[in-house]
Amino acid sequence: MIDITINGVSRRPASEGDTPLLWYLRDELGLTGTRFGCGAGLCGCCTVHVDGKAVRSCLKRIEDLDGSNVTTIEQLSANGLHPLQQAWIDLEVPQCGYCQSGQIMQAAALLSENPHPSDADIDAAMSGNICRCGTYPRIRKAIKRVAKMQMNSSAGFVPNSAK
Amino acid sequence: MNTTRRTFTFGISAAAAGLAVSAYPLSSLAAPGNAPTGANEDSTPEITAWIKIEPDDTTIIMVARSEMGQGNFTTLPMLVAEELECDWRFVRPQYVEPNENLSRGNAWGDMTTAASISIRGSQSYLRKAGAQARHMLIAEAAERWQVPQDECVARDSVVTHAPTRRAFRYGEIAEAAAIRPIPADVRLKHANEWRLIGQSIPRVDVRDKAVGSPIYAIDVRLPDMLFASVSACPILGGRLKSFDASQVIGIPGVRHVVAVEDTAVAVLADSWWQAKKARDALPIIWDPAAGKGLSTQTLRDTYRHGLDADDAAIGRRIGDGNKALSQAAFVVQADYEAPYLAHTTMEPQTCTVHVRDGSAEVWAPTQDADRTLLNVSKTLGIPASKVIVHKHHLGGGFGRRGLAQDWARMAANIAKQVERPVKMIWTREEDIQHDYYRPMVLARQSAGFDAAGNLIAWKVRVCGSSMLVGLSPDRLTNGQDLEMCNAFQNDDMAYHVPNFEVGYVMRNSSVPVGFWRGVNHSQNGYFRECFIDELAHVRDQDPYRFRRNLLSEAPRSLAVLDEVAKRANWGRTAKGIFQGIALVECYNSVTAQVVDISVDDTGQLTVHRVVCAIDACYIVNPNIVEAQMQGAVAYALGAVLYGEITLQDGKVQQSNFHDYRALRMNEMPQVETYFVSSGDKYSKDWGGVGEPGTPPLAPAVYNAVFAATGKRIRSLPLANHQLRSPQ
Repeated sequence: MIDITINGVSRRPASEGDTPLLWYLRDELGLTGTRFGCGAGLCGCCTVHVDGKAVRSCLKRIEDLDGSNVTTIEQLSANGLHPLQQAWIDLEVPQCGYCQSGQIMQAAALLSENPHPSDADIDAAMSGNICRCGTYPRIRKAIKRVAKMQMNSSAGFVPNSAK
Repeated sequence: MNTTRRTFTFGISAAAAGLAVSAYPLSSLAAPGNAPTGANEDSTPEITAWIKIEPDDTTIIMVARSEMGQGNFTTLPMLVAEELECDWRFVRPQYVEPNENLSRGNAWGDMTTAASISIRGSQSYLRKAGAQARHMLIAEAAERWQVPQDECVARDSVVTHAPTRRAFRYGEIAEAAAIRPIPADVRLKHANEWRLIGQSIPRVDVRDKAVGSPIYAIDVRLPDMLFASVSACPILGGRLKSFDASQVIGIPGVRHVVAVEDTAVAVLADSWWQAKKARDALPIIWDPAAGKGLSTQTLRDTYRHGLDADDAAIGRRIGDGNKALSQAAFVVQADYEAPYLAHTTMEPQTCTVHVRDGSAEVWAPTQDADRTLLNVSKTLGIPASKVIVHKHHLGGGFGRRGLAQDWARMAANIAKQVERPVKMIWTREEDIQHDYYRPMVLARQSAGFDAAGNLIAWKVRVCGSSMLVGLSPDRLTNGQDLEMCNAFQNDDMAYHVPNFEVGYVMRNSSVPVGFWRGVNHSQNGYFRECFIDELAHVRDQDPYRFRRNLLSEAPRSLAVLDEVAKRANWGRTAKGIFQGIALVECYNSVTAQVVDISVDDTGQLTVHRVVCAIDACYIVNPNIVEAQMQGAVAYALGAVLYGEITLQDGKVQQSNFHDYRALRMNEMPQVETYFVSSGDKYSKDWGGVGEPGTPPLAPAVYNAVFAATGKRIRSLPLANHQLRSPQ
């Protein structure tokens, strides 16, 4: 029996054990904010957090996730918007928007590990996430805005998945 | 559909207003059978049914074109709201339902979202609709107050009678205003009176996109829905021979295995993963005949011969190019090649269809909703009036989801074979191997100079397969696709050359070709702007000044070229940085770019900065246009660096993002955008912005590569070339 905590709720998947987390989330749980882009870990569209780390859910079989803690875009922030989501809105990052769940999840994992990333750090963390609309300059700007905001605030923001 | 809310539609009768409410939500849990009926006895030819105002002032503005990232859900309502004088905070954009558009005689006009047409193709009637509605509101208020209309002012969703300081909110009088006669002639504001147009009004769709809302067709969930994974014949133009369903039908969740005509097989299951797994395990035998001899190399040979053929269709002729070339003091000739390109929208091709009781319901990411409806109707053999298409925001379009509609026909073909709704999702591999590719095109250009060094002749031949033959034969001219000559035509090439000729040699194949961001301007702009750079260097002239000299009678293009050169500090670069410049006119806009690059000792190219100048006549939303320029640069640069679809035995050799690469974050240059908005100075029509940023990028990069290395590379992509010779 597989037991996975999804967005804080303990789940026992009905899907077969070799089902990728992506399709379990989308088709069984209806968490469609996590999106299919390539099925091969090449584009980052399907990025979620597993135990606080950014993971390509299209490659992760649910049978390998027993006891894991998964957070998706729907629950990135327990209440209201994550600062990255707010920055994404304020700076109007999305164009078609399809890859943006994955971009935000990747960026959130980056900031939780490295609250003040350099441009090179951002490149290293974000270059696995493809955006065909070319929103990269605004993604970079949004990440830097949140990093700066966190530097200025004593509290800082703790992502749901790291609690 | 919320039928209890009182909502008043302008431009149609009050009786019809009740039926015209089109509040079908962009929701994943769309309830089947609860869609608008489309039945509507009122069929008014005027495009005036754009606005609904609720008693609380909520202002629903209908959007006929699609939102695919270019900002239509924001900018098109801005055009209406500008004249309506409503408070923008009350505006709620809503998609027009294609079946209503059809049943009401195209009341909302053309739904096509291609050719950078949305704003420039609808700005006049959208602004007019807003103005008409404003007049109707003012007329209603004036009548109630028994005062002259010209004493009343409409602003921020309030009509005010200034002398008496009386006021009506729009929501108070909308019901009565909606049944007033529609004024035929209304004066539209001058540009200097605009309050919304030209402002960076925040996009209305970004919140949904930042929180993962189910706004895409791929997110649709219906009760009892099946999921389909498909295998289309890997040999382009090839046929299905047989498949053995018994091998997979026992796999858990698998419900059906069906042929899609004789070109594909679909596996239907309770989840997409089950369907995909069974599809992978399904034995299928394809007929390889169609692929015999079909490869990139055989096509290249065919096209190369075509460049010399005498069956060219002439797109434009000035003077006598051949004669002038034969008399020239010296002639420069060069052949260029552009590869097939796939679109790779981030949302792979998908469509959901439910066929039952002689009707069909479709959930689609479409650039052309009317066409989706008609394609499904034809595929199923049921009347168009029995088809409902729900529009969803697109996870990328770039031309893939417009004219072809292959994905809609395929989904309908699958769905008609079962009782339940079916969501079809292609794998990325299917998406890359079954695209309507930007055509592979070869070009030969010859230029002649007189003894004094003046450019007196320019002759262009392009050869490849036509998009229009397969996708829009109505646009052919005597059977010829003259759009293949774009970027060299009267209205999209401003350079003056006394003897000029462009011709297209059509050589069609079974490789599907279609519209890619920038369409023919993308490959032809590259041919033209690289070749003109060659001519400048042959003449030992600065490429910017050489272009300037050919634009003395073209002030619009010249202004854009000058602006980009100025903003980019053309000719004054830091050590190790080299520049390239290019100019392309398309979609009634003029765009020029200067690219700053460096090439290290190993031949590694870095694109540091792209400076764009664009004249789109008017800029409706600067922040969105800036994003479109960034996007166009990213899309084009990925293609310049890596983009190439190749064929062997009729099969596409690329399959996913590892071998059909897209630009990534670490490769994205800084992009600066400057507007040279000429307003109505040169054109009463406005310019587009979705595509014009794409075509200049490839030639600007290649011209910079020449500046940096002295290597003149004449085929794309750059990945096939070494920029530094091995030591």
